[in-house]
Amino acid sequence: MSVLVLAETSEGKFKKSTFEVTSYGKKVAEQLDTNLVVLAINATENETLYKYGAEKVLNVSDEALATFNAKTVANIVKQAAEKEKSTVVIIDSNANGLYLAPLVAVNLNAGFASNVISLPSSTSPFVVKRKAFSSKAFNNCEISTEVKVIALAKNSYGVFENEVSGTTESFSPEIASSNLTSESIEQTTGTVTIADADIVVSGGRGLKGPENWGMVEELAAILGAATACSKPVSDLGWRPHSEHVGQTGKPVAANLYIAIGISGAIQHLAGINSSKVKVVINTDAEAPFFKAADYGIVGDAFEVIPTLIEKLKEFKAINA
Amino acid sequence: MKILVCISHVPDTTSKINFTENDTKFDSNGVQFVINPYDEFALTRAMWFKEKQAASITVITVGDATTEPTLRKALAIGADNAIRVNATATDGFAVAKELAAVVKNDTYDLILAGKESIDYNGGMVPGMLAGLLDYNFVNACIGLEIEGEEATVSREIDGGKEVLSCNLPLIIAGQKGLVEEKDLRIPNMRGIMMARKKPLTIVEPTASDTATKSTSFEKPAAKSACKLIDADNVDELINLLHNEAKVI
Repeated sequence: MSVLVLAETSEGKFKKSTFEVTSYGKKVAEQLDTNLVVLAINATENETLYKYGAEKVLNVSDEALATFNAKTVANIVKQAAEKEKSTVVIIDSNANGLYLAPLVAVNLNAGFASNVISLPSSTSPFVVKRKAFSSKAFNNCEISTEVKVIALAKNSYGVFENEVSGTTESFSPEIASSNLTSESIEQTTGTVTIADADIVVSGGRGLKGPENWGMVEELAAILGAATACSKPVSDLGWRPHSEHVGQTGKPVAANLYIAIGISGAIQHLAGINSSKVKVVINTDAEAPFFKAADYGIVGDAFEVIPTLIEKLKEFKAINA
Repeated sequence: MKILVCISHVPDTTSKINFTENDTKFDSNGVQFVINPYDEFALTRAMWFKEKQAASITVITVGDATTEPTLRKALAIGADNAIRVNATATDGFAVAKELAAVVKNDTYDLILAGKESIDYNGGMVPGMLAGLLDYNFVNACIGLEIEGEEATVSREIDGGKEVLSCNLPLIIAGQKGLVEEKDLRIPNMRGIMMARKKPLTIVEPTASDTATKSTSFEKPAAKSACKLIDADNVDELINLLHNEAKVI
């Protein structure tokens, strides 16, 4: 028996979320009184996973896996799970993880719970709590199959050190072909993505026009944050769709979400309310966002934000 | 080209979410149900293929009789016929198995679905269906073009997009970008009248086992009140974020 975690890498390096799923996997393994195995594909720093509790790292190194293919990777996860007799498979909720998780579940004839936010409340029956109704409620979900597949929601558990003396084992699975061909990958570089960001600065229609986004970007740059926007802003074409956060846009589960000139429609709040701390800056004291936020300033963004930028520069100079 | 669009019957986005029977059932009292918004993007893209490339569209849902108005709405938008698998949808894997059974009986070139439903947010049915049928599959799809047997598909990745190509048959889990919101259609009176006469077939389930079940629901704990900070005292906000919330 074992618990298997699939580690996501970006250019050979592990993402912060990999340490989170590894930390989580270690605790699940403890609950089941078993070991944690992490499957890493073309990774270069396998030892860093020992710090978070990986007793064994299965290292797959193959040029054919340089470009992600969901079917191929799902098949490798299946082979690893069978080899390690894994009863729980844990996958990160990034774009690739969410793509392959249902395929892994079918491969292993396993029940799958996505959006999971906490450790199993019981392991027999196996029950996990997950987000549902676009984060407006939680759902306790019992998985009754022998093998269970879990996608852990981003930033829901945290990263915990739990040093073990791990070993890395080379693993050469059969690499299944796929009929899907990757033609091109476009990736924005140099900016923080909403999915990876600890802090997100978001602007709404209250900013009056795309020409006023300079201060949003400047504020984001100081905080090392990603920029985002409300649905009307992306619908109006002020900002790209990829920045739209909300129920039908991207979900945000940041440590800090700063909303500027966003009223807080229920669909917007549904998308962002997994964020830990929410700050709203709006001229309208009656805006619904004030009911959802932790901190609020009733005021004109065009006065508040430039001041905030100046003060944060001073703050960063002292606390850098 | 034969297209199947998978439709989920979900509470409208503005619905108040409440539970009954000791927090084990969703309280549908007074709730309006709609076509799942992600599925609506898929249906709208299917309509484009119908109009430009003479595709036929079948819509399908797994649900009891109360889901029929949602299927009728899809017919009013322009789908040609509808299938309802007569089972209560409780588990994504079971739903995918029911859909796979229908597709094995009557093949399709293209199967379109939304990437998740806005009620259970499982995000698994399209991928599981692809796994069960061994069809090509693209998740989080933001663009789809088809020429003959060849498809070009874009998917959203973290911080960008990937363009993929493959042959049909293909399963897509779509989201905004597949079509734009302004392209979504409201059924007109003629469509609504015609929808009443379009075939809606009821299929009995193949009685798959369920792999998961919902045991209970919880609502988020009530939030403490928002701390208001004076607009002239931005320092205080920085202080609170640093010392109290510890996020900067």
